[in-house]
Amino acid sequence: MREITRLIHKYLRHDKKFPHIWCPGCGNGIVLGSLIRAVDKMGLSKDEVVLVSGIGCSGRMPVYVDFNTLHTTHGRALAFATGIKLVKPQLKVIVVMGDGDALAIGGNHFIHAARRNVDLAAIIINNHIYGMTGGQFSPTTPYGMRATTAPYRNIEHELKIAELAATAGAAFVGRSTVYHVKLLDNLIERAIEKKGFGVVEVMSPCPVQYGRLNRLGDAVKMMEWQRDNTISVEKAKELPPEELEGKLVIGVLVERDLPIYQEEYEKIVERARGSGAAL
Amino acid sequence: MAKVEKLLQGNEAVVEGAIAAGCRFYAGYPITPSTEIAERMAWRLPQVGGIFIQMEDELASIAAVIGASLAGAKAMTATSGPGFSLMQENIGFACEAEVPCVVVDVMRGGPSTGLPTMPSQGDVMQARWGTHGDHPVIVLSASSVPECFWMTVRAFNLSEKYRTPVILLLDEVVGHMREKVVLPDPKDVEVVDRPRPTMPPEWYIPYADTPSGVPPMAPFGEGYRYHVTGLIHDVRGFPTSRPDEIGPFMERLFRKISANFPEIHLSEEFETSDAEVVVIAYGCVARSAKRAVKEARERGIKAGLLKLLTLWPFERPAVERLAEKAKVLLVPEMNMGQISREVKRVNQGRSRVVTLNKVDGTLITPGEIVEKMEEALG
Repeated sequence: MREITRLIHKYLRHDKKFPHIWCPGCGNGIVLGSLIRAVDKMGLSKDEVVLVSGIGCSGRMPVYVDFNTLHTTHGRALAFATGIKLVKPQLKVIVVMGDGDALAIGGNHFIHAARRNVDLAAIIINNHIYGMTGGQFSPTTPYGMRATTAPYRNIEHELKIAELAATAGAAFVGRSTVYHVKLLDNLIERAIEKKGFGVVEVMSPCPVQYGRLNRLGDAVKMMEWQRDNTISVEKAKELPPEELEGKLVIGVLVERDLPIYQEEYEKIVERARGSGAAL
Repeated sequence: MAKVEKLLQGNEAVVEGAIAAGCRFYAGYPITPSTEIAERMAWRLPQVGGIFIQMEDELASIAAVIGASLAGAKAMTATSGPGFSLMQENIGFACEAEVPCVVVDVMRGGPSTGLPTMPSQGDVMQARWGTHGDHPVIVLSASSVPECFWMTVRAFNLSEKYRTPVILLLDEVVGHMREKVVLPDPKDVEVVDRPRPTMPPEWYIPYADTPSGVPPMAPFGEGYRYHVTGLIHDVRGFPTSRPDEIGPFMERLFRKISANFPEIHLSEEFETSDAEVVVIAYGCVARSAKRAVKEARERGIKAGLLKLLTLWPFERPAVERLAEKAKVLLVPEMNMGQISREVKRVNQGRSRVVTLNKVDGTLITPGEIVEKMEEALG
């Protein structure tokens, strides 16, 4: 434990912006820990990592870590990250977003980033709620749950983040919870390493907003739920669909080799220069 | 490469100006009447090793441009009214985080979808105040194809020098018309690059005040690790809610533009020395106005022209000086009166401000301006 703490401290801007703003029991810190372990395991230097975020609780993550960090506008993190990556392809550009950030206001950018297959790693922390503004329902709030803007229960249906990413064409899609932290470390590492658009959906408890409004118990209870209601991709393959009802499938959902945007663009540059069609 | 003569559209000249100024990244979304800029960028940028990307919308386009600029590239986008509206939030981000970038808005008529293929000058105030919150901004205009080239170069140079978004306002006439333009030898184009840190990374304070008010800017990935945010931040770039940090930050943001006004403002005068009626115009209307001044002179009216090339910050010194001497300041505009409000504010009763407004999608003709001059002078 001491070693892990020491490792994390190596990457934090501990002399600058602490304490952090996250509530007790929030899963964001666990995701940050996983991200740091993945970067450390890959042997990346702090200079070559860019961490980009949007708006919301997850949006504050970059401020705490000693990378090149960018806190953008709501929903637009992937578009900012696209600009950075295309100009400096040697950098590892990691984008962290919340469910509302990535799927509601940023939904269009999310599907097009997956389709375009720019070499980015996107981590989406899914806590089923807008936490920072006080508990409004998001595109991933399940049907029938409560939120401050759904006081009589939510009548909309949940968008499945990982499945959407797979359909939109992402090269790598994984899902974990913050309870399954070793899996999370591994998925983040693989998403960063993967050439192309890599997505990791992380189920994360928000006991203060979502949990309280829906009487789901404290952070420990909510993480116990994650432990008891998940099933690995491998095991899920062996079970009939009726036994998967209500279970969350975790692990690597998609991994495929697709042409990445930067490499395709390099071919365009070669062609344009070869044609001799100058000014 | 020597200079070459070309017959180009205003929109095409923007692209050549941008490349001459060092632009190597363009992200955009198709929209009339600006689309030729994206099309020519898609063709030209790969030839010079630059990056063109067509994004999913204007929100993403300006965001990618800001990201590219943070990574060290000179970057721009182009759009028209509806897309310009969508870009406003992130234009504010670029002001706040002090990220150089250029946005070209080829204005169309009307609010909403409006008149996509007809000229207007309706976005003058949107360019100034479109993004929320109090902020400084630099807005330029052009009235000919050669000016499209040179004002794009200028837009990049000012943007880099002052680390601020610069907006170039064109109208449909200037964007689509073809004229002869002399493209200079690239080495004859004065190019300004953003100030870079000269100190080692451990001494770098990304948002520290400097004599010019512009802090040096380190591109991502070169050892200067720092935080960039759209939140009000302290000198290290970290969010702050301390009044003693917010105040100086906002003050510096405005000061870097206002203190450098002598270098930012640009206008041209024609026959103003003895003018009794001075026409104040910009964009395609300045062309009609110049012709109107000549025709008026032939009829014995002492007319002159002040052509605005920098719209914001506003050309206060020249307007004040001309208002002292002239009987009438005539402001023809293809809107209901946007620059004329500013002229009235500066005029302070010195002269008489007369407006000529047209919003039917057609040009203001020289004849209409002459007629208004005669009417105003009685």
